[in-house]
Amino acid sequence: MSDAVPPSPASWQPRIVAFFCNWCTYTAADLAGVSRLKYASTTRVIRLMCSGRVDPQFILDAFRQGADGVLIGGCHPGDCHYVEGNYKMLRRFQLLKRMLRDLGIAEQRVRLEWISAAEGDRVKTVINEMTAQIKALGPLGIPQKFEAWDREVSELARRSAVESEAPGGPVSPVKEEVAHA
Amino acid sequence: MPKPKVAFYWCASCGGCEETVVDLAEDILGVVEKVDIVLWPVAMDFKYKNVEALADKSIVATLLNGAIRSSEQEEMAVLLRRKSQYLIAYGSCAHMGGIPSLANQFEREQILKFNYEDAPTVVNEKKVRPQLTFEENGRHPHLPELRNVVRSLDQVVDVDFYIPGCPPTPNLTKAAFAALLSGQLPPKGAVLAPDSALCEECARKASKPADFSFTEFKRPHQKLLDPGKCFLAQGVVCMGPATRSGCGAQCTGGNMPCTGCFGPTSRVRDQGAKILSSLCSSIAAKDEAGIDKVLEGIPDPVGTFYRYGLAKSLLRRKVDLSADQVPSPK
Repeated sequence: MSDAVPPSPASWQPRIVAFFCNWCTYTAADLAGVSRLKYASTTRVIRLMCSGRVDPQFILDAFRQGADGVLIGGCHPGDCHYVEGNYKMLRRFQLLKRMLRDLGIAEQRVRLEWISAAEGDRVKTVINEMTAQIKALGPLGIPQKFEAWDREVSELARRSAVESEAPGGPVSPVKEEVAHA
Repeated sequence: MPKPKVAFYWCASCGGCEETVVDLAEDILGVVEKVDIVLWPVAMDFKYKNVEALADKSIVATLLNGAIRSSEQEEMAVLLRRKSQYLIAYGSCAHMGGIPSLANQFEREQILKFNYEDAPTVVNEKKVRPQLTFEENGRHPHLPELRNVVRSLDQVVDVDFYIPGCPPTPNLTKAAFAALLSGQLPPKGAVLAPDSALCEECARKASKPADFSFTEFKRPHQKLLDPGKCFLAQGVVCMGPATRSGCGAQCTGGNMPCTGCFGPTSRVRDQGAKILSSLCSSIAAKDEAGIDKVLEGIPDPVGTFYRYGLAKSLLRRKVDLSADQVPSPK
């Protein structure tokens, strides 16, 4: 069993889940829109009231459900609408990055950016940059990995189902002579 | 009327959970009085064919401890599921993968190579590894196959209830038996322990400040621990806030921080992510370098935050392990 993901076609586009704070980065993304800036269509934006609301579980869950990257956008330090929320995110991010690396997820797949409401252009630059970086890395494909890992077990479930229907069916090692019994 | 049948079984475990059953002490007599133990490998002889000969669903409850990481353990889990009305994941390993699931950070080949070749205490010049089958005096015994992934019990078969802990406490075990025998059972899938954080029952709760401001993290051996003060207030990582109560706070009572063996409460999906969130948010520093300096005190976040539950975490294991040759099934 290998966790290697098969090579992706040239047309493959990464899927990036973005958590943007209501007061700065989401507004900046709005600004990018009304300014008709063009950037990669790889990002699905989820609006939260504050980057401090980003529970690390959200990030892990995004990866688990098939995201190739996660982008978090908040207000610049000192500008948080709730005073401290962006600092809380930064502190979690520092350890989460390290933990994700230990769990096999490359550092470039998570990114934390401070983008103020006036920086529509920055949204475009960051999303384009991140898209290019993840394209170079290729798909993460965790749902496919789960399927591959589970095949070890569903094989057994299949065999036992066959067995209970047909007594003469395939023999399981439990029924054969076992050295440690 | 025949007594209800119960079974105890162990998979990838250390034997500590079996010890808890024995730790019921004289209370075990009350249990034995009311039930027939049909299977208990740690204490009684058994053959697989005896279990297979039982009618389906004829065991009222099977308490299975240990993670599932070999073909034999899988087969027994499936078999016992079929024979039991209630299958109960007993202890951290069956509940969440436990300590064995920390092996989910490594490739199977890496694990086998270390254990059979590289470990300092191993002498194995011919580099012999266990084979799935071999010949001996004309017999062909089969050995179980080690899986690539360590799993919790519910990642292999349907589980009715969970009794958490490494090991579960005698109190919880007794309460579970009482519930089973009286038929007053919670909804399927319930964890048979209180649904609040450990801090609720910790004797140090009074000294837990409303807000923390961490300037360093120390591990228990790096510091003289105050026996009466909240560990977090002493800058020592304690899993209490992200861990279910029900153990009687024995570790914190013994002047050691909680390591999280009861798993998260029902409102939390991923224990490690939650404690990471909680601890990091309260670091005092505001700049990257300052934050990293504080975080140097947590050198192994996976081993610290997922000590008992990597298999049940959102990612389940390290996701980029390279090719590992699996002998194809015969």
